[in-house]
Amino acid sequence: MNTQKNDIVVELKDVNKWYGEFHVLKEVNLQVRRGEKIVICGPSGSGKSTMIRCINRLEEHQAGDINVMGTKLTGDLRNIEHVRRDVGMVFQHFNLFPHLTVLENCCLAPIWVKKTPRKEAEALAMKYLERVRIPDQAHKYPGQLSGGQQQRVAIARSLCMSPQVMLFDEPTSALDPEMVREVLDVMVELANEGITMLCVTHEMGFAKQVADRVIFMDRGQIVEENTPEEFFNNPQSERSKLFLSQILHH
Amino acid sequence: MAVFDTIDAKPAPGRQGGLVSWLRRNLFSSWTNGILTLVLLYLVVPSLWHLIQWSLIQADWVGSSREACESGGACWVFINTRFSQFIYGFYPEAERWRVDIVFAVSALLVAALLYPKTPAKGWIALFFFVPFPLLVLWLLHGGLGLTVVDTHYWGGLMLTLLLATVGICGALPLGILLALGRRSKMPVIHSLCVVFIEFWRAVPLITVLFMASVMLPLFLSAEVELDKLLRAVIGIVLFQSSYIAEVIRGGMQAIPKGQYEAGESLALSYWKSMALIILPQALKITIPSLVNTFIDLFKDTSLVTIIGLFDLLAVGKAGLADPNWLGYSVEAYVFIGLIYWIFCFGMSRYSLFLEQKLHTGHKH
Repeated sequence: MNTQKNDIVVELKDVNKWYGEFHVLKEVNLQVRRGEKIVICGPSGSGKSTMIRCINRLEEHQAGDINVMGTKLTGDLRNIEHVRRDVGMVFQHFNLFPHLTVLENCCLAPIWVKKTPRKEAEALAMKYLERVRIPDQAHKYPGQLSGGQQQRVAIARSLCMSPQVMLFDEPTSALDPEMVREVLDVMVELANEGITMLCVTHEMGFAKQVADRVIFMDRGQIVEENTPEEFFNNPQSERSKLFLSQILHH
Repeated sequence: MAVFDTIDAKPAPGRQGGLVSWLRRNLFSSWTNGILTLVLLYLVVPSLWHLIQWSLIQADWVGSSREACESGGACWVFINTRFSQFIYGFYPEAERWRVDIVFAVSALLVAALLYPKTPAKGWIALFFFVPFPLLVLWLLHGGLGLTVVDTHYWGGLMLTLLLATVGICGALPLGILLALGRRSKMPVIHSLCVVFIEFWRAVPLITVLFMASVMLPLFLSAEVELDKLLRAVIGIVLFQSSYIAEVIRGGMQAIPKGQYEAGESLALSYWKSMALIILPQALKITIPSLVNTFIDLFKDTSLVTIIGLFDLLAVGKAGLADPNWLGYSVEAYVFIGLIYWIFCFGMSRYSLFLEQKLHTGHKH
């Protein structure tokens, strides 16, 4: 762990990525300090998800540098594993393991990656399941839970690896409207506890409540970077004005 | 503006029970269905009656020669007198206790492994896959204090079960590795697996067995002499593993990409992610096709007869050539068919049970 350099935990420098001929990330630069909460928004296809998926190397970038906790992401598998241990991720479609119970979902990585003894891993899992308020569902299978419950399990599963950085990739977009609140509440709590967070979301209420910075992306570029107050009340770029008017007045 | 009261849940309309209502619903729901039912009954009932008469009522059960079979029904005496050959082939009578031990212990172990609530299953599995095959080999083949029984005396049901069990236990792991290899991003491994699978899948099993028994010795030097049975087993394993590989590959392709990504994001390595996340799910959804392949494999073991091994079917046929028992082929084939059916039906039922047991709620 590298805690010097102004405590920068994630750094993207001139990152470029192409899908075939399509230039999906263009010269992306971003620095995230320890404990910072960043909300990333923008129209679909703007490269938001791709960008955060590059941070734990679910996607490979082709030019530029990505540093996570002082480790540079290259093709080196050991570096990648090292970064993934420190970076948790929550997906739009939860991606829980349907053949394992909630408790087993949470214990899997601590036991097999960190070699935590089973008893300890289970205790840890129960602690985080309590934190996301579903300890009573521990022995059920994901298929028996509602979407909101599943997403909270997914958050607990990530937390069990004690990550330094959490990535959220549209965590509430696949949920029924009634269940968005319970997931956001958990995320707000997490934010208040001081974990570093990068969140792709269109929940503007959440952004106003917890974000230190809002990043607006369009066509693979970061178009605007601003405090939430400024971004919502006084957006600078034409593109973000248009975007905000579309999502706020529909 | 209108506000509606809450409606209390009512019990669902009851289903009518009883034989009469079942008959009316399923067999006589309209007059055309009624006529169809009667016609079919007219056709089926007499032949069924004949079958029962032949196989049970008029059949002869006890005796020692064909003189006991005078009634015109099935002559089960033939099966009775040759029963031990159906089971053991030409295994020497004095040594058959060794086969019995293998049968009994295998049955016990397989039952313990298949029963869901057996304690210490991991250890039983370890015993079954590592020391047990050596023990079986020693018991069946002999040496180290036991009389050696060469493999060409092995036969009957014992040989069929041996081929099927070794075939399944060998082809499944190999098939899993081939499936993983074919999905690998490493070009060399990928191409090797593709070539292997496409080669073995494109040749008939009969050709494989012929090659193994006739051609292989020509290529190998004279000192290397592989047992004929061993060559057949290797042929069956390689052949079936390519089928199993494709079945499992299909299953793996049905697992959503998110499952792979979730494994990666939790820092699981490739092998751990495959073993803990992907394969358990892929194997579960491929149970029906896997069992299909296993049943196929079980029945295909009868092809070893063409390279001179005496499996259950071949032993039965050999019995028909006995001049004292000419003309009882129907009994032999019915009996052999019944044995195959019992094993295959058992596999099929167990797979259904397993599917239900592994079902963990809604799909997404």
